[in-house]
Amino acid sequence: MSAILAIIGRDLRLAARLGGDALTLVLFFVMVGAVVPFAIGPDRVLLAQLAPGIVWIAAFLSMLLGLDRLFRADEDDGSLLLLRHAAIPLEAVVAAKLVAHWLLTALPLVVASPILAVLLAMDQATWVDTVLALLVGTPALTALGTIGAAVTVSLKRGGLLAPVLILPLCIPVLIFGVAAIGAPEGSNAAFLFLSAISLVSVAFCPFAAALALRVSGE
Amino acid sequence: MTDLASQPKPNWFSRLAHPGSFMAWSRPLVVPLAVATALLFVAGLYVGFFRAPLETENVGSTLPLLYIHVPNAWLSQFVYGAMFVAAFGTLVWRHPLADVAAKAAAPLGATFTVLALFTGSLWGRPTWGTFWEWDGRMTSTLILLFIYLGIIALWRAFEDQLKAARIVAIVTLVGGIDIPIIKFSVDWWNTLHQPASIITATGPRMAGSVFLPLLLMLLGFTLLFLTLHIVSMRTEILRRRVDSLSRQAAARGAA
Repeated sequence: MSAILAIIGRDLRLAARLGGDALTLVLFFVMVGAVVPFAIGPDRVLLAQLAPGIVWIAAFLSMLLGLDRLFRADEDDGSLLLLRHAAIPLEAVVAAKLVAHWLLTALPLVVASPILAVLLAMDQATWVDTVLALLVGTPALTALGTIGAAVTVSLKRGGLLAPVLILPLCIPVLIFGVAAIGAPEGSNAAFLFLSAISLVSVAFCPFAAALALRVSGE
Repeated sequence: MTDLASQPKPNWFSRLAHPGSFMAWSRPLVVPLAVATALLFVAGLYVGFFRAPLETENVGSTLPLLYIHVPNAWLSQFVYGAMFVAAFGTLVWRHPLADVAAKAAAPLGATFTVLALFTGSLWGRPTWGTFWEWDGRMTSTLILLFIYLGIIALWRAFEDQLKAARIVAIVTLVGGIDIPIIKFSVDWWNTLHQPASIITATGPRMAGSVFLPLLLMLLGFTLLFLTLHIVSMRTEILRRRVDSLSRQAAARGAA
């Protein structure tokens, strides 16, 4: 457990010292959301109706963009090789990196979501739903992302391939994530589905990703 | 004594699946398979167009599309099933022939999926009034096409085909989640596409005169896949031999 915490702490410290990365991602997230009104016109009623979908697409794109950083730096400087021979299994390492990556890429988006809520004329109840759906749904995106990042880690030009590979698998997250917003109180089956997808993918993906990392390193 | 004769004899499965013996036993199969495919196509189309009714109440005069659309849709999933099994062969037994089988199947599966979507949208226009509807089965088949294309892109991104095979196998196993979704989509979401009508608890839900040509076409298309798959696997094995020979020649030239 302390080894897992150490890996999470290391990734967070590295990100903090390099700086700017999380902020750039938040900027991208807000800009995608802010570009939509230019494309469809600043009609407040229409925007409020589309807002949950727009926020999800913005989060989706931001998270796919950040995928390459999951293992790339560790592969380049050789620390991935050391982590493969660490005392804890590679699956646990991937799980730790999953948590760190989620804290670095998904949590800032949730924190920045009030900006989009204001820009897209969301009311407060919808915003609360959106934050809950993002909090519950984004771990699944990160978890599936570990597979995409792991299978492309040994490719020099793997940047675009990882999103293309995992995007089809992420579609259920998008479907239930949007459906969970604005559903009536107490009967939110979509929210439960979203939680289930998240739990299953977080539990399962580290194994697939670790297998891919082992194969890539051979 | 550790010479070859004292080694345990490999079982029939290993011998059958060795790339060298595969080249030997598959060679005489290609022409008979192609002939059987052609005969089934002729028989299926003849029965479909001249012996079976050309119209039914619910689809009108577009009925013959059934004989093209259903086999392609079936193969879009069958080929993925074959790739799924091959992925196991690659990961569990590290079988070189499984690598080749998976690689040769991916473009075929993508083609059948495109044809299924294409004939489906041609069929949807006159019967449903739209080329495309975001219905459960169509959406999940479209996702299947994206998975196929991603897998093909992944194959092409690697230079080392041995490593590629194992990486692609992992992706294939993960993407396999889409196949049960396609199968049960018509039961889970009550939508436009009609529910299962061939394999049901009460037998096929269509007239025997329509079912017979459909069955012939299903068999014909499946044999078409087998023929193309074997030819494509043979090509891939030969391509790898050429590659390794030219590498050896280059190494000799450099030495």
